[in-house]
Amino acid sequence: MRRGETRMKLARWAFFPLLALALVLGGCGGGGAGKGNEVRIGLNLELSGQTATFGQSAKNGARMAVEKINADGGLLGKKVVLVEGDNKSEKSESSSIALKLIQQDKVDVIVGTTISGTTLAMVNIADENKIPVISPTATNPDVTVDPKTKATRPYVFRACFIDPFQGEVAAKYAIQDLHAKKAAVFTEVSSDYAIGLRDAFKQAFTKLGGEIVAEESYQKNDKDFLSQLTRIRDAKPDVIFLPGYYQEAGIIIKQARSDLGIQVPIIGGDGFDSPKLVEIAGASNMAKVFLTNHYAADDPDPRIQEFVKEYQAKYNAIPDGFAVLGYDAVMLYADAVKRAGSTDPTKVKEALEATKDLPLVSGTITIGPDHNPIKAAVVLEYVDGKQTFRKKVEP
Amino acid sequence: MDMWLQQLLNAISLGAIYALIALGYTMVYGIIKLINFAHGDVFMVGAFLGYYAMLLVDGTPLGANPLMKLLVALLVAMIGSTLLGVTIERVAYRRLRNSPRLAALTTAIGVSFLLEYGTIYLRGSQGAQPEAYPTLFTAHLDLFGATLKMDALVILVTSFVLMVVLQFIVQNTQTGRAMRAVSFDMDAARLMGISVDRTISITFALGSALGGAAGVVYGLYYTSIDPFMGLLPGLKAFIAAVVGGIGSIPGAMVGGFLIGLLETGVSALGFSLFRDAVAFIVLILILLVRPEGIFGEHVREKV
Repeated sequence: MRRGETRMKLARWAFFPLLALALVLGGCGGGGAGKGNEVRIGLNLELSGQTATFGQSAKNGARMAVEKINADGGLLGKKVVLVEGDNKSEKSESSSIALKLIQQDKVDVIVGTTISGTTLAMVNIADENKIPVISPTATNPDVTVDPKTKATRPYVFRACFIDPFQGEVAAKYAIQDLHAKKAAVFTEVSSDYAIGLRDAFKQAFTKLGGEIVAEESYQKNDKDFLSQLTRIRDAKPDVIFLPGYYQEAGIIIKQARSDLGIQVPIIGGDGFDSPKLVEIAGASNMAKVFLTNHYAADDPDPRIQEFVKEYQAKYNAIPDGFAVLGYDAVMLYADAVKRAGSTDPTKVKEALEATKDLPLVSGTITIGPDHNPIKAAVVLEYVDGKQTFRKKVEP
Repeated sequence: MDMWLQQLLNAISLGAIYALIALGYTMVYGIIKLINFAHGDVFMVGAFLGYYAMLLVDGTPLGANPLMKLLVALLVAMIGSTLLGVTIERVAYRRLRNSPRLAALTTAIGVSFLLEYGTIYLRGSQGAQPEAYPTLFTAHLDLFGATLKMDALVILVTSFVLMVVLQFIVQNTQTGRAMRAVSFDMDAARLMGISVDRTISITFALGSALGGAAGVVYGLYYTSIDPFMGLLPGLKAFIAAVVGGIGSIPGAMVGGFLIGLLETGVSALGFSLFRDAVAFIVLILILLVRPEGIFGEHVREKV
C-alpha cells in the first residue's frame, strides 16, 4: 500500500516536467527548421474517416499546385512546403490539427478543410491567431460569415460557391429541366452542410411554384433508411433532394432503387462527388441521379482539359471537384502572396480580399465582400455510373 | 395499407439481423456472465472476411452462382470469426475468469478497439474507408404493393436456420448439456468431469460463428461495410439480448425482432431521429421494470 502511494506521487511529480519537455521538443521539431526561406502551407484535411475521399482528392490537387509553383521558381523566391494534417473527418480533430499547424508547424496559411462542419470547427482559431484559412470546398455560408454578428470572419476565405446557390441551382434544375412539381427532401441532420443545402433548396423550390411533399431525416453512419424511404415513396414525389455525403447517400440510393423500387430522379450536392458513391449504390441503381458540382471533367474548357490530363497522368484517376478546388485554393493563395509581395498574414489577407478576375481551373473568380468567390455551378447526371455534364449555371 | 406492410417487412429484416448478433451476446453471457462488447467487432471482421472471400472467388466457377458465392462467403466468415472468437477468449478473457466482472468488461472494450483499429491498419491505404459489398440477388417479390427483396428473404432464411441449429445444439447435444451445466454452476460441472475451458471455448466458437454470419448477411443487405460498422448494431443487439432476457436463446430472437420492429415503427411514424434514443430508452425501462427480460428467469443473487 505504502509503496503504491509513493509510486503514485512519483508519477505525479514526473508528469508535469515530462509534459513541458514534450511540448518544448514538439515545438522545436515542428517549427524552427529553415522557416525563413520557405513558405509553409498547412493542410487540414479529411484524409481518413467518413469523408476521406474528399480530403484525399484535395490533397492530390494541393500537391500538384505546390509542385507547379516550385517548378516555376517558388513564391517570392522561396520554396513552398506542404505540412499535411489528417482531421479524420471529425470536428474536434480539426480544431486540434489547426492549432498544431499554427503553433508547432508555424504555417503561413491553412488550406482546408473540405467539409463545412470541420471548417467551422477551426475558423475561430484562425481568426484569433491571424492566420488565413482558405477552404477549398466548405460550402456552408456560416464558414466565412458569423451567423450571430453577420460580420465577415476576417481571415477566412474559400475557393467555392456557397450552399444557397447550390441549393437554388438544384431546385431550378428540378423544376425547369426535370419538370418536377412535388419534391421530397431527405437530409442528414447531423451535418451543417446538408441542413444548409436543404433550407436553400426548399426555399427556392417553393418560390418557383413547387411543393415539398415529404421531409425526412437521417444521421451520420446510419445504414437502414428503409422506413424513411417507405414514407417518401408513399408521398409520391416527382423528385427526391438528398443533401448529404456519399457514404450514406450511396446506401440510400441503393435502398430506394433496388429495395423499394423508387425510380424518380434523385438530386444531391457536391457531397455526392466521390467514386465511392457509385461503388456503394451499384452502377445499375444510378439512373436518373444528379448532382450540383463545382466543375465537370468533360467540360471542353481548355483550362479544365489540361488539368484533367495532368491529374490523370499523375494519379491515374479523373479528378473530382475536390481535387480541382484543392489545386485552386493553393493557387488562390499563391496569387495573393505574389500581389502582396509578402507572406505576412495581414498583407496576404488584404490581397485575398482584393482578388479580382483570377483565372482558376474551376472558373474565373472575384472574391466578394463576404469572402466568397462568385462563380458558376454545374449540374451533372450519372450515365452508366459516370458523371456527365448537363448544365452550367452562372450566378 | 401497403405502406404499413412495407414497414413490417422492413422491420422483420432489420430484426433478423439484430437477432442474429444478439444470439452471440446471449450465449456468452449465459455461460460465463461476460458482456462481450467485442462481439460487434467480430461481426465486422466476419463482414470483411466474407467480402474478401467473394472477391477471391470472383471469376472462378464458384463465383458464377450467387448462391454458391454466398455459401463460400458465409463459410469463410464463420470459420474466420470462430477462430477469432476462440483466440480472443483464450488470450484476453480466460485469465480474467476469476477477476472482478469489471476487469473482463474493460478488457472486452479494449479488444473491441483492437479489432477496429487492427482492421484499419491491415487494410492499409483503404483504412477506415467504407467498402461496397457485391450485389448477389436482384430479384424481388411484390406482395400486395409492398416489395420484398431477395436479400431480405436470404437474411430471414439464414437467420432462422442458424437459430434452429443453435437451439438444437444447446438443448439436444452432449456439448449443449455441458454448456448448460457450466452456466448453472461452474464448479459443480467441473466436479462432474466437464472440461469447463473446452465448453467455454465452444461457446465462443458458436457465438462468434453466428456473429460472422450476421456480418456477411448485413453487408449483403446494407451494401456498405467499414471498420466501425460493428459499434451500433452491436449495442442494439446487446439491448435486444437484455430485452429478451440475457442468456436465453429464444429471448435473443424475440428481443432482436422487437427492437427491429420498434425502430422501424418509430421511423415509420416520422420520428426517425429518435430511433436510436428509443432503443436505449427501452433498455433503461427494461432494466428498471423487468431486469431479467421477457424470457429470463428471476434468479436471486447469491450472497
